[in-house]
Amino acid sequence: MVTIGALLPLGLIFFDAMTGRLSVNPIQDLILRTGKPALVLLIASLACTPLNLLFGWKWIMAARKPLGLYSFGYIVLHLFLFVVVDYSLDLGLISQAVREKRYVLAGMAAFLLLVPLALTSNGAAMRKLGRWWRRLHRLVYLAAILAVLHYLWLAKVIREPVIFGVILLVLLALRLPIIRRALLRRT
Amino acid sequence: MQKIPSSAITPEGLYLSRRAFLGAAGALSAAALLTACGGGTYVSPEVLEQEAAGLTDELGAPVNSFQAITTYNNYYEFTTDKQGVARLAANFQTSPWELEVSGLVNKPRVFALEDLLAFEQEERIYRLRCVEAWSMVIPWLGLPLHRLLALVEPRPEAKYVRFETVYRPEEMPGQKDRFYPWPYVEGLRLDEAMHDLTLLATGLYGQTLTAQSGAPVRLVVPWKYGFKSIKAIVKIELVDTMPTSLWMALAPNEYGFYANVNPEVAHPRWSQASERRIGEQGRRPTLMFNGYEDQVAALYQNLDLRVNY
Repeated sequence: MVTIGALLPLGLIFFDAMTGRLSVNPIQDLILRTGKPALVLLIASLACTPLNLLFGWKWIMAARKPLGLYSFGYIVLHLFLFVVVDYSLDLGLISQAVREKRYVLAGMAAFLLLVPLALTSNGAAMRKLGRWWRRLHRLVYLAAILAVLHYLWLAKVIREPVIFGVILLVLLALRLPIIRRALLRRT
Repeated sequence: MQKIPSSAITPEGLYLSRRAFLGAAGALSAAALLTACGGGTYVSPEVLEQEAAGLTDELGAPVNSFQAITTYNNYYEFTTDKQGVARLAANFQTSPWELEVSGLVNKPRVFALEDLLAFEQEERIYRLRCVEAWSMVIPWLGLPLHRLLALVEPRPEAKYVRFETVYRPEEMPGQKDRFYPWPYVEGLRLDEAMHDLTLLATGLYGQTLTAQSGAPVRLVVPWKYGFKSIKAIVKIELVDTMPTSLWMALAPNEYGFYANVNPEVAHPRWSQASERRIGEQGRRPTLMFNGYEDQVAALYQNLDLRVNY
């Protein structure tokens, strides 16, 4: 189910591209339509633990890793479109964009934080890193905040990124030890 | 006796065909003229594209296709989806239409659409640079705004011009969104408004303007970001203080009054150094004043463009 849901946006992009339904600004379409699923999937992966905590849905915990990895896949596509397809690897223009656009900086930072997480998302790395694995993977909280800022700072209408931000803050708040303990005591 | 504008009494088909004829005549395009005289009210996009083949701006860039221009644009009164505007605007009533020109003028006047079309219509091929860093080249048809303003005789105390879009939420679903302080308002300094490049557009590709492109009458200020070029105008007011545009009201730190295209002044969100020209691969550098520097730089000699963005 996770796989179907996660690959649906990609399928729709291909379908629209094949049937000429992209706009006359296709690069823009592709960049937006890979960025949105990346953010949604990242937030979805962060929703698993609180949902388990609140409703006791143990089965949902298994979705964290695939959701995170699919999100990363969309991020790689998103970045490829920006750097290679849109800016044709023009390093001057790209570095100017990073300097001038704080949203680019936030997005790049989120990507860089997620790279080690994606690379260590396997059993071998988990065993090797031991308790450091948990600590390392807490970087996802920061990356998610940066990803929402990335969206907030680029959007002309901030309503949707604000909604994402509120959801993310709730999901992060539910992880705070005080709230977590209160919830556990209740059940 | 009150004068009735002819658009209110002429059957729409006839009226539109006359518009097509006027438009074609204005564009001085033989093919369009023949088509229009043949009684058609509609020139197919293919015909328009053929005519436009070889049409370029003064820098040699080809005009964008009629299809691209009319299916991809921002018009938040309908939707924030650039591809969704054309469909939602399809039933927007552009006739009859009245444009009120008032404020600090000696001869305030209400112009019916016919009055505007009675002016000689000129074809102007302009670059349009969106603040979102994409651009197009568009063959507009219209009249320089200064010709209209000359008729109403601005008084000496008039310093700015304030423009207002029609407010019709029942036809413009985007206006039901209370997030925006509708109606759309824009403004120019009087000398900007009087500049010969500033156009009141009534047509596109030698034809009547389509609803999604701002019909029946819109502003085109080619050296400023696209959002300054307000659409479906019902009111032009000459005032003595700087008007607050909708975007200034919504986000004053991001949208200034001037909004001149300037690759050196980054928008808080966007770098403006380069742009994506619709229909092209890759990016092109953005030109100062969108390439109209020779014509308009003198307007801003004593102005710090970083402060007055």
